Amino acid sequence: MAHEEATVPGLTATATMVLDGSLVPRESAARAVKAEPAHASESSDQRRVAWMAAAQAGDRRAYERVLADAIPLIRAVARRQGVHGELVEDVVQETLITMHRVRHTYDPARSFDAWLAALASRRAIDALRGAGRRDRREIGDEKALERYAEVELDASSETERAQRAHRLHKAIEELPPGQREAVEQLGLKERSLAEAAAHTGRSAGALKVNLHRALKALRGRLHGEP
Amino acid sequence: MSDPRSHHSLIAALGAELAPVRRLRPPWLRTLGWLAVVALIAAGLLLHYGSAPMLQRWRGAPDLAWAGLGAVLTAVAAAWAAFALAVPGRRAALAWLPLPGVLLWLGASGLGCLQGWIAPGDHAVGEHVIPDCLRFIVGFSVPLSVLLVWLLRRAAPLRPVLTAVLVGLASAAASASLLEICHNVDATATDLAVHVLAVGLVVAVNAALGGRLLGGVARKA
Repeated sequence: MAHEEATVPGLTATATMVLDGSLVPRESAARAVKAEPAHASESSDQRRVAWMAAAQAGDRRAYERVLADAIPLIRAVARRQGVHGELVEDVVQETLITMHRVRHTYDPARSFDAWLAALASRRAIDALRGAGRRDRREIGDEKALERYAEVELDASSETERAQRAHRLHKAIEELPPGQREAVEQLGLKERSLAEAAAHTGRSAGALKVNLHRALKALRGRLHGEP
Repeated sequence: MSDPRSHHSLIAALGAELAPVRRLRPPWLRTLGWLAVVALIAAGLLLHYGSAPMLQRWRGAPDLAWAGLGAVLTAVAAAWAAFALAVPGRRAALAWLPLPGVLLWLGASGLGCLQGWIAPGDHAVGEHVIPDCLRFIVGFSVPLSVLLVWLLRRAAPLRPVLTAVLVGLASAAASASLLEICHNVDATATDLAVHVLAVGLVVAVNAALGGRLLGGVARKA
């Protein structure tokens, strides 16, 4: 399940790349960002190496810089894997969160871009699989409108809305405590981050991350994903 | 949640959560840690059985010594490859690293079978020896695999199944090396088949269970 390999033509003229990402050579990963000359991409990799090493030591500014710097590279990797449209931005978010979780695995003696490209490839594959599952289960908007247009006008639409609300509430109740709290505070009670942080005793950052995860979980659940 | 502006708010949120982290130690150092435990077990077995029977057997049938060396090389290479592959960005091709060791191990054992030598002081594989070998290799592989998976807990294997296969191979090869110390039979076709069966069993169980245990990062967003 974890070593599906495929070649991606066109990333570089010379290298064959493995989708899982660990075969992404540092030059090719950097070139995927934009058409930089080799020496420029290497120096930008080195810059990110220094930032990431500082981030591992707790330097927040360096961390935010390296995360921001990573976005175009993640997008490029996702597109090379065949991810398109809004899904690319989802891959960016998921990869940023994964980077955060596994930031201790980065070794500054090695290429940052190769490390990042491996994570981005993994999240891109997940996104494609998730989209595949949704496509099989859902009916496209147009077809849905054709089939159910009249239902909307029907008196039963009220019941449907109530059912949807009930499903949403139930899904929120089933979230892990931290995520549920974030949705309740920021989403339902419409508190500001500062208010919610003061009320729950959690940092604003933790609340935001929890909200992001909660929304993803809810999207998954309401779309019928496991 | 997915427009570029939300990336910046996510970055700010992750920045706010940032705490200094202890870097993962290099794969070779972690391999040495695991090998130290294997060496301790080997020392215990040598104390109990002594090295004389093993050396006498090797003198009688040098291919047994080569097979033992192959098993040791396989264990070292597979353990290192498992630790290296558990770090994002390493080449999948590293998984081939144990191949020369495996070839030496199986090749030398197979050669021994073909020649049909019976080393001095040995007896042919009796019915009770087969389950003993199997039990020994599987029995030692379990704690060695658990230890490897535990040492890999902080890593982030993006190919959990491949990593687990290497964990299984390293544990089974290390157990077969340990068996060499107290093995009282020469390589016969049945013996080799039992070894291959034991290694296959350990690798398969690891791939099934270890893959799940190690798959956290690969699965979770």
